[in-house]
Amino acid sequence: MKPKLKAEYKLRIPSDTDNLELIRSFVAKVAEKVGFIPDDICKIELACDEACTNVMKHAYDQSSKNTSLDVIIKIDYQKFTLVVTDHGKGFDPDTIKMPNVKEYLAELKVGGLGIYLMRTLMDEVDYDIKPGVQNQVRMVKYFLDKKKPGLVNTAKGV
Amino acid sequence: MENFNVNRIDKEDISVLYISGFLDAHTAPELEEAIQKLIDGQRYKLVINFKDLSYISSAGLGVFMGFIEQIREHSGDIKMSNMTPKIFRVFDLLGFPTLYDIVEDETLAIIKFRS
Repeated sequence: MKPKLKAEYKLRIPSDTDNLELIRSFVAKVAEKVGFIPDDICKIELACDEACTNVMKHAYDQSSKNTSLDVIIKIDYQKFTLVVTDHGKGFDPDTIKMPNVKEYLAELKVGGLGIYLMRTLMDEVDYDIKPGVQNQVRMVKYFLDKKKPGLVNTAKGV
Repeated sequence: MENFNVNRIDKEDISVLYISGFLDAHTAPELEEAIQKLIDGQRYKLVINFKDLSYISSAGLGVFMGFIEQIREHSGDIKMSNMTPKIFRVFDLLGFPTLYDIVEDETLAIIKFRS
């Protein structure tokens, strides 16, 4: 089946690690439906897991009433955009740096590698942070010539 | 639905953990518990067999990072074997092959401990 060239898929789900598997299945199924190859589906799935795990671990405290998160996928002619939104305490995006992985691993510290992975796996990653109101991580994967016909990209050096 | 499992087989002073399913932020505590149990029993030579692991996130990799220092301080090691290309790629992206002994087969990991 040829996928629609413009579509939006949305999942609203409790911010609980118990739901990671379900979120990954949702994202992987949509990525597959729009024609990504298995290798790219794995990358999108992992990047989404890392973004959602960050929300589940850090966005809300025990006093939070609304502890849901939204995973929205927007498909247009050239790209697959994945937006993870929470309503928690947010963070200062200026404090997020690409970690020096070698240094980091040498110190054998736990955690913090999720953001590095997201930036490595996806073509674009950016943040829109409004603490307590809405925090978004937006990630983009471009359709390249390796996917199904009908979604051929001309925007990214292809 | 496939989840996560750890099975352990002791081969003299070496413990092999067979992990299967999805290793993410939800299931990582289960692996942490299994490794902590080994450390509590002063077993510091570990082989992790990844043959049946279908998914790993940074939360899963974090488990190994959390224990490796302590294990090596006791002259032990965590050696990893039987990774599928998909799992190896995640380790590779984060530079793990320079820090951990990742081998093709469990037997090879055991031989490395013996030699």
